[in-house]
Amino acid sequence: MNRPLLVRLVIGFVNFWKDFLVGDTPELFWATLVIIAAVFGVSRELHWHAVAVVMTPLLVSGALLTSMRRVWRKK
Amino acid sequence: MNAVLPASGTLVLVSAVFLASAVEMVEALTIIFAVGHTRGWRWAFEGIAAALAALTALVAIFGPSLVHIPLNILRLVVGGVLLIFGMQWLRKAIMRSSGFKAKHDEDLIYAETVAELAAEAPVRGRDHVAFMMAFKGVFLEGLEVVITVLTLGTSAHRVGLASLSAAVAVVLVAVSGLIASRQLSNVPENAMKTTVGVMLVSYGTFWVGEGLSVRWPGSDAFLLALVGWNLLTVWTYTWLSRQSRQPQGARA
Repeated sequence: MNRPLLVRLVIGFVNFWKDFLVGDTPELFWATLVIIAAVFGVSRELHWHAVAVVMTPLLVSGALLTSMRRVWRKK
Repeated sequence: MNAVLPASGTLVLVSAVFLASAVEMVEALTIIFAVGHTRGWRWAFEGIAAALAALTALVAIFGPSLVHIPLNILRLVVGGVLLIFGMQWLRKAIMRSSGFKAKHDEDLIYAETVAELAAEAPVRGRDHVAFMMAFKGVFLEGLEVVITVLTLGTSAHRVGLASLSAAVAVVLVAVSGLIASRQLSNVPENAMKTTVGVMLVSYGTFWVGEGLSVRWPGSDAFLLALVGWNLLTVWTYTWLSRQSRQPQGARA
């Protein structure tokens, strides 16, 4: 089917960002959303700033570990 | 937080942009050399020029609009993108260091690109295959540089410094390539990618926190603590990866 140029450009743009952000590691994409939600809850809602300072880098390392465990299991 | 980053933040910003740009430029250079040597330099240069024009247009369209986004939202979104992007880089770097994935080999990529181009029949007149290959190579690698410069630069209010850092890296790699007259296969790409990944993840963590009102101890100086923590994380995961590749008996 021949789509108009604008539609093709929009589809290409969306596909580019989907590939860029999700690609073959959807777990990292979803983990980032979970991290943002968790830090939002702790910092903005509960105002536990010290907890947020410790928790944020730990959650990031945890997200990477989850992704690496996928690699190790596939071995 | 101050609008302008102090020395520690600036150092991380400049080195992250410089290394990321250098790595992407090394990859683009390999494709350009493959196109130039196989199908002629005219199409390689036309592809480069068209890609640079497209990238400039993208920056001109999206760059100015970024400064109108409220800073906290910008930092949260940019932080999220940098986190995903950085973790993807670190994952690949760990897999390469521990043997789960082949190391990036510019000589091999050059040979594969040359073989792909040689398989196409030579054409009279305009060589669309060579043009598109050079265009795609420069555009896609350049796009990653543009995203790095815009995201890191706008969040730190240092787009000028980030652009300058990227430009220096691009020129340095281009001049090195011209002098060597071949792809730069001796550049320690994996080590550079690991370093960039650590910095992107550190910046991503920092900006996500800033966007969500986390009060980092020592303000921007905390970036260095994040870099240290992420280096330790990468080292640990690389070690665990290597262990997991060894057979059970060898580990015992």
